[in-house]
Amino acid sequence: MTALLEVEDLRVAFTRRGEPDTVAVDGVSFDVKPGEIVGLVGESGCGKSVTSLAVMRLLPERGNRVTGSIRMDGEDLLALSDSAMRERRGRDLSMIFQDPLSSLNPVIPVGLQVTEVLTRHRGMKKHAARREAAELLDRVGIPDPTRRLDSYPHQMSGGMRQRALIAIALACTPRLLIADEPTTALDVTIQAQILDLLEQLVAETGTALVMITHDLGVVAGLCDRVNVLYAGRIVERADRHELFRAPRHPYTHGLLGSIPRLDGPPGEELAAIRGSVNDNLPWAAPEGGACAFTPRCPRALDVCGEVTPLAERAGTRLLRCHNPVPVAEGAA
Amino acid sequence: MSEETNGSAPALLEVEDLAVHFPITQGVFRGRTVGHVYAIDGVSLTVRRGETYGLVGESGCGKSTLGRAILKLTEPTHGRVRFDGEDIAGLKGEELRRRRRRFQMVFQDPMSSLDPRQSVESLLSEGLTAHGLSKGPEADRRRLRELVDAVGLPKGSLRRYPHEFSGGQRQRIGIARALCVEPDLIVADEPVSALDVSVQAQVLNLLSRLQRELGLTYLVIAHDLAVVRHVSDRVGVMYLGGIVEEAPSTDLYADPQHPYTRALLSAVPLPDPEAEDRRERILLAGDLPSPAAPPSGCRFHTRCPWKQAERCDTERPEPRRLEGAAPGHRVACHWAEQIRDGRIRPHHVDADMVDEAATLAVGAPEHASSVQEILGR
Ligand SMILES: Nc1ncnc2c1ncn2[C@@H]1O[C@H](COP(=O)(O)OP(=O)(O)OP(=O)(O)O)[C@@H](O)[C@H]1O
Ligand SMILES: Nc1ncnc2c1ncn2[C@@H]1O[C@H](COP(=O)(O)OP(=O)(O)OP(=O)(O)O)[C@@H](O)[C@H]1O
Ligand code: SF4
Ligand code: SF4
Ligand SMILES: [Mg+2]
Ligand SMILES: [Mg+2]
Repeated sequence: MTALLEVEDLRVAFTRRGEPDTVAVDGVSFDVKPGEIVGLVGESGCGKSVTSLAVMRLLPERGNRVTGSIRMDGEDLLALSDSAMRERRGRDLSMIFQDPLSSLNPVIPVGLQVTEVLTRHRGMKKHAARREAAELLDRVGIPDPTRRLDSYPHQMSGGMRQRALIAIALACTPRLLIADEPTTALDVTIQAQILDLLEQLVAETGTALVMITHDLGVVAGLCDRVNVLYAGRIVERADRHELFRAPRHPYTHGLLGSIPRLDGPPGEELAAIRGSVNDNLPWAAPEGGACAFTPRCPRALDVCGEVTPLAERAGTRLLRCHNPVPVAEGAA
Repeated sequence: MSEETNGSAPALLEVEDLAVHFPITQGVFRGRTVGHVYAIDGVSLTVRRGETYGLVGESGCGKSTLGRAILKLTEPTHGRVRFDGEDIAGLKGEELRRRRRRFQMVFQDPMSSLDPRQSVESLLSEGLTAHGLSKGPEADRRRLRELVDAVGLPKGSLRRYPHEFSGGQRQRIGIARALCVEPDLIVADEPVSALDVSVQAQVLNLLSRLQRELGLTYLVIAHDLAVVRHVSDRVGVMYLGGIVEEAPSTDLYADPQHPYTRALLSAVPLPDPEAEDRRERILLAGDLPSPAAPPSGCRFHTRCPWKQAERCDTERPEPRRLEGAAPGHRVACHWAEQIRDGRIRPHHVDADMVDEAATLAVGAPEHASSVQEILGR
């Protein structure tokens, strides 16, 4: 199947006069096929949100430089005019954020925020839009939807607000939905409801979903393919079964070993990854590069501090590592 | 981890029918009490010397309030807290201060609990001086150096400031600060939830090692069930101000008995696609009810898929041990045996909406730049 979205060599650098650039996203490439759920995982600051904002073209206008290409249906979104991009955002792609509190308008009833999208982007008349809005709220599991159209965001619980936000995102029947940590602020039983909802919606509508999260558990249950980010670069990509069965990048491997498992024996020493992202080396440097993970990596070789590892294909897997975990060991 | 001390060790902390109700006030001078938030409502638990007791539950269920009430940072509405056999309710002034040395707290956000203008050395020696543990500058410095080393901070950390450290290192400073006064009990409220996944394990391992070496007793509070279960000998599951189930860690996963525990366990995502595909989720309908208006009877009855027409909404279940259950396994559900034996089956529950702002005036907020502002966060 041809890809719906193709991100190629995306780089986002934040620029500040008198200071060196901060490269938040450093040559990221991935694609998403129609109806597919693709995960972007990694810890705080690795560039997940910046990647998604760049795809949506929602980064601040000034102070950053975006290069590479983001093609949807073969058309480069980075080359579109602002108004053409706005049009696309209304029609083809939508985003759900971590914090529904700050992405809903507090002084407008939720129903109106949904109907606005319907009238503006789908050209619906007021009455039809209201009916459709109630249906959307119903679809995302908000009880008593007709009455709820008139509620303000602050009159809803966190889980309900996230549902409302999903309804707004769905209003324009997008073909691609980007969800940036949509459940991180929610309790785990509410998270289960929202993940279940997203999974259902994808199955019913055929919308493709990019799921951004730091939680490997969320990815394991939901995504078809998973991209693991570290310090602005994709270090491993694989089908979810392959990735979890045999993580081959030392970072992925370490991450999986370091999380306590609910179904594992309690009390065992966890295989912690040493250090923190503060210890990272820069991927690229004038005097040759490095693997950013070197200071924390238990498998680091001399070459790791001297040469930037390239992203290489191994079967269906993508790996950026000089000394990956052997297949058998990774499977353990 | 200290299985051997588990059953027999003496109780260090005993909490008996503890309640904390916060008044909700209104009026010009906030003088009128219009209701209460039942943050903690009838909690009893015992923590034995040398063990780790984990408290888990969703946001707002009262975990932090319980921790604070135990440390006497919040005044309980009623109930008793006994520390090493002594009721701490009556303690005041100098006596309370002396007692406080023996129980210390580690917070979620290490940065906000560390004064940025103080060097690590002065942060740590503060406790020594305050509790009269100082043995002169030379001896103190040696002790602090040992401590910094014990919690895995780099040499030379004493002269540095909190902002010069990573999140995980700051949490180590927080732990060192709690440790330097040689406490018996450490209450750790969400000790790793602000940390990166890759760093959490370091801090969890550190806590276990320090417990082994120093014979500490922990009360660990967290919303992450996998974390709590991992570090704890026993776990208490809270729902709306009460403990609904208490069990040895291994038992909790193998034999959950309360419907809420079952739902909670089934909702935690596992980092294993095969396990994820196999498992059956118990999806709870609706939201957590407000602790200002807790449901009658069993607090979970508005969302419980096993709810029965009898007793559930009229009678509050007391924690009790089921026949054949492991020692120390208690559950607060009227129908736990029938549920365990499959004699009653789960059914569909209609979602109940909870008005987050039920206590606020309804209608359009006039000036507000965000929902957070309206809710006063
Ligand atoms: N507007 C900005 N100006 C300067 N730097 C920025 C800006 N936005 C993000 N960054 C930096 O870019 C890097 C990547 O940030 P990003 O928000 O994408 O991380 P993330 O992976 O989403 O993390 P989290 O899990 O914490 O949300 C970070 O180092 C961040 O500090
Ligand atoms: N000082 C206070 N005054 C009034 N209400 C309070 C106060 N402190 C806590 N509450 C309320 O008591 C309830 C329990 O709060 P608590 O902070 O103990 O929950 P928690 O389980 O620690 O939640 P979280 O996981 O979000 O930290 C909440 O509804 C909270 O709003
Ligand atoms: S390239 Fe080297 S340092 Fe980087 S992850 Fe692979 S082995 Fe470790
Ligand atoms: S007492 Fe009733 S409502 Fe409460 S958990 Fe048991 S079955 Fe459910
Ligand atoms: Mg982010
Ligand atoms: Mg809390």
